[in-house]
Formats: sequence, C-alpha cells, structure tokens
Amino acid sequence: MATSTTAPDADRREPRSGSPARRPARRPRGPRRSLLPYLLLAPAVVLELAIHVIPMVVGVWMSLLELTQFHIRDWSTAPFVGWENYRATLDLNSAAGKELLHSFWVTLVYSVLSVGFAWLLGISAAVVLQRPFRGRAILRALFLTPYALPVYAAVITWSFLLQRDTGLVNHVLVDQLGLLNERPFWLIGDNSFWSLLVVSVWRNWPFAFLCLMAGLQNVPGEMYEAAAIDGAGFWRRLRSVTLPMLRPVNLVLLLVLFLWTFNDFNTPFVLFGGSAPEQADLISIHIYRSSFKTWDFGSGSAMSVALLLFLLIVSAAYLLITNRRRDDHA
Amino acid sequence: MRETAGERWGRRIVLTLLALFVLIPLYVMVTSAAKPLQDVQNGFTWWPSRPTLQPFVDMWSTVPLARYLVNSLVVSSIAAVCSVAVAIFAAFAVSRYRFRGRGVFSVTVLSTQMFPGILFLLPLFLIYVNLGNATGIELYASRTGLVITYLTFSLPFSIWMLVGYFDSIPRGLDEAAQVDGAGPLRILFRVILPAAVPGVVAVTVYAFMTAWGEVLFASVMTDEGSRTLAVGLQGYSTQFNVYWNQIMAASLVVSIPVVIGFLALQRYFVAGLTAGAVK
Repeated sequence: MATSTTAPDADRREPRSGSPARRPARRPRGPRRSLLPYLLLAPAVVLELAIHVIPMVVGVWMSLLELTQFHIRDWSTAPFVGWENYRATLDLNSAAGKELLHSFWVTLVYSVLSVGFAWLLGISAAVVLQRPFRGRAILRALFLTPYALPVYAAVITWSFLLQRDTGLVNHVLVDQLGLLNERPFWLIGDNSFWSLLVVSVWRNWPFAFLCLMAGLQNVPGEMYEAAAIDGAGFWRRLRSVTLPMLRPVNLVLLLVLFLWTFNDFNTPFVLFGGSAPEQADLISIHIYRSSFKTWDFGSGSAMSVALLLFLLIVSAAYLLITNRRRDDHA
Repeated sequence: MRETAGERWGRRIVLTLLALFVLIPLYVMVTSAAKPLQDVQNGFTWWPSRPTLQPFVDMWSTVPLARYLVNSLVVSSIAAVCSVAVAIFAAFAVSRYRFRGRGVFSVTVLSTQMFPGILFLLPLFLIYVNLGNATGIELYASRTGLVITYLTFSLPFSIWMLVGYFDSIPRGLDEAAQVDGAGPLRILFRVILPAAVPGVVAVTVYAFMTAWGEVLFASVMTDEGSRTLAVGLQGYSTQFNVYWNQIMAASLVVSIPVVIGFLALQRYFVAGLTAGAVK
C-alpha cells in the first residue's frame, strides 16, 4: 500500500543534500540557489512532520499496544500485543466487529448521498447564476453563508429546528400543515439519519457551489454562443459544454467532498453529542466513543488505521480510474 | 444568446427553493436570539412574542462566554498568522523554483484531506500528555497546543491557494527586480507579496475560520481554562433548562465576524480555487 501518493510526502521533500535538481532551476545561479527552495519549505515540512507524520507513525504503533486507561499516563509500560486490537475490532463475528461494520455502512451511504445532493444543489446554483441579473451578487453571498458559519453554530441551530416539542420542523409539519398526528423525534431513532443528511448537505453544498462557480468562470462564452448557433437548447448546452468543461473541477471536488464527509466528526458530534443514535452512528463518532468512553486507545487506533487504509485505497482507485494526468504542477 | 421563458422560470424556481433552504435556519437563528425564554420553551413561534435583546445580555453570565471568546480569538488569530507566514515561504518555493519533489505537492494536499481527525487525535493526545509529564511543556489543555495543532490543519490548503495566487503574478516582475540586483527574499517581500495582498488576506481568513470552527480537538484538548467557543456553546444546555434563545444569540455573535470576512473576500477564494483547479 505504500504507494508514493499516500502519506504526506513531507518526509520525501527533505532536501537530499547535493542531489542535483531534475531540471535546471529557472535561472541557475550555483549551489546556494538550489538549496533555497528547501530552506523555504523547511518550516512547513517540520510542522507537517510534527503534527501529521509523527502522530501517524505513533498511531500505527499504538494500534499494536494494549493501551487502556492503566497505561495512558505512561505509555512506555503498555504491553505489545501485535494484531490483537485488529483481531478484536475487525472480527465480524464479535459484537464490536458487527457494530463497526454497521457504522461503516451507515457512513458510506451517508457520504454518497450527502456528496450527491451537495453536488446537485451546487451545480444547479452555479448554472442558474451564470448569467448576470439583478440581485445575483446578493444571492451568491447568501448561498455561501452556510459554509462560512462556524460548524457548531450552524449545526446547533439545526438541532433547535429539529427539537421534538419546540422545533420549527414539527411546528410546520404537525401544527401548521397537519400532515402528521404524532410529533416525530428527529434526533433519535430512524429519522436521525435523514436529519444528519439534511444538515450535512446544507453545510456542504455551498462549497460545491463555490468550486463549480470558479470552474464555470473558465468556460469561454464563445463556446455557448457556438452551441446556441448550432441550435443547442439548455440541456444540450449543459451536457455538451458545461459538464465537460467542469470535469477537472468535478474530479477534485467530488473526492475532497467525499473524504470530508466520510471523516466528518463535527456535524454528528454537535447534533447528537458524544454518542450518536445507532442509525446515524458515523465512523468517526464510533471510534471517538469507543476510545474515550472506555479509554481503550489501542483498539481506537486500530480502527483509525483500518479506516485510513480504506480511504487510501478508495482515493488511489478513484485517481487511477479517473486517470488524472499529474503534470509537474501544484 | 437570449434566455428563453422556460429557462427564466426554471431559474426563478431553483433560486427560490435554494434561498428558502439556506434562509430558514438563518431566520430562526436571528429571530430566536430576540425571544424571551418562554417563547423557546413551549412550542415554536415564527416571531418573538415581545422582541427583546435580553438573551444577548444574559448569554455572558449563563456560561463564561467572554473567556471562551478570548480563547477562540487568541488561538485562531495566532494560528492563522503563523499558518500563513509558513505557507507564504512554502508557496514561494513551489511557485518560483523547480526542485525534486515539487510534483507530489498537489497530491499531498489532497492526501492530507484523507486523514480522519480522530486518527491524529489519539496519538497527539498521548504525545501532549506524555510530553507534559516528561518535560513540563504543557501542550495538553493549553492554548499553545491548540495553536500548533490548528496551524497545521490549514497549512496544506493555504499553500495550495497561495501557489495559485503567486503563479498568477507575472514572472517578468521578478526578473525586472533581479536585474536591479534584488535577492529572492527581497523579490518575495517587495514584488510578489504586495501584488498578492488580497490573496494573502483571503488565505488568512480561511486559516482563521478553520481554527475558529474546529470542534473535535477543542473538545478533547482543552480544559475549563482554555476552552474555546466550539465547546463552550454546549454549556447552555443545563439539567433544568436549555436556553435556546441565548444559544441562538451566542451563535449569531460568533458567526458574524467570520461570515463577514468570508463574504467580503469570496471573490479571492474563487480566484484561488480557480487557479488551483485548472491545474
């Protein structure tokens, strides 16, 4: 799995002293010149190492230890147990393994639906706001607002809307429209999954909108003119001009959104607190709970490593399938 | 190319629906912040029975909001400034030099998005706690620890966006300065940065927002003294009462600065994303 596209390559950006640059620098000026980029990068590399790479290595090491509350204060005393944590948490016949698998499926369905809807709303908004008209700037600002809000402020507002007795949702559905006789619970039970999905789409679609809007600015107007002259209607222009031109943006956007949503901790944590209902038990909350409720960091780390491997495989497969040409550009 | 009537109506319908979806929670936040407590306790009302600014007064005493606010401000500002300072140097290197390992850069940015926060949380928690025990450097439950953590969270994306801005500044300017005998750092500070000011400000706001809104590390890595808004806002739910009106008031207050900052600079975010996405 150790492909070069995986771990932060910070470690591989370390200067290899005296290694000649692959291509000559733009203005070769002797050796001092060729060291400079590495010096400029050093602070970023050191920080990345300290906060991302080293903890990751430590995390893998932790997953091989029996790291329960007895050893957290001084982990050097924790016994080495090898694959034991992985066996215990990933064994699909055990209760823990079944829970983890359930949580995994919930997260997968949630991510796919959330990204799908966020992208649909984002592309709709970007396309209809392509033409200038009065009020466009205001709408653009309004649509970006959910993304600009701090996540906890946004999600806590949603949790107010979804309260069973004092929330807007039940007030509208039950009191005003009379669609339901019972006041449903939105934050526990089966409905909690859909609540979480709506909140997550509300949070994320503006980001999709922002990126797609940026992408549309690169589509030359002449292409639409030409398509219109050829008699292409709205849908035909969307299919033959807009979407193909947005392809590079979409490739990155969908992957980033998927990874964010899959790893999302903040939304369920603020919406449900530290233990989500079973129907909306996202994997990050699941790992958090099993780590801190029982102070069993060993199995928590094992689950995190397994999750990371899964995401690496998915991302690598995605990048291979979409066959993204990686030129030597940032 | 003229718009057909169907397209115009389609546009109106789509925009109305999206605007409603976005606005309803915002409307509830603003109106509920001006409600007396009984309005948020028995059934929902679209409008306060008698509009009051009392929640904005009471919210400071129900929880130590001022302390949370100061903590959040200190942590987010320092993290943002440091993150951007580090990112400027890195982005300058990536934008203006060719060197081994440059090509993996955008992949790195993508891959850092891959890691679940929880994966770092456990080891960092352990490292901070054990480091404190061993050396007396208090990173756990301290603002310093949060600053260091948050600053790396925004770093990859900040570098990525800055590279986009720097790339859009013509190299002719660098070369002109070089002819005048300016060294690389002088070129960076005298030529590139002045031309990229809006971009740098936008990236600073982005880094600030990242730290301002982070919940996971804030809830594990802080104590009563270093708690930030992200965790502090949950203190309005007590055993006896949930002060929804004060929660909404506090949410509004903590949202306004970042929303204004983001919306004021949205053009530059679009520009940065465009530059990054084209490649």
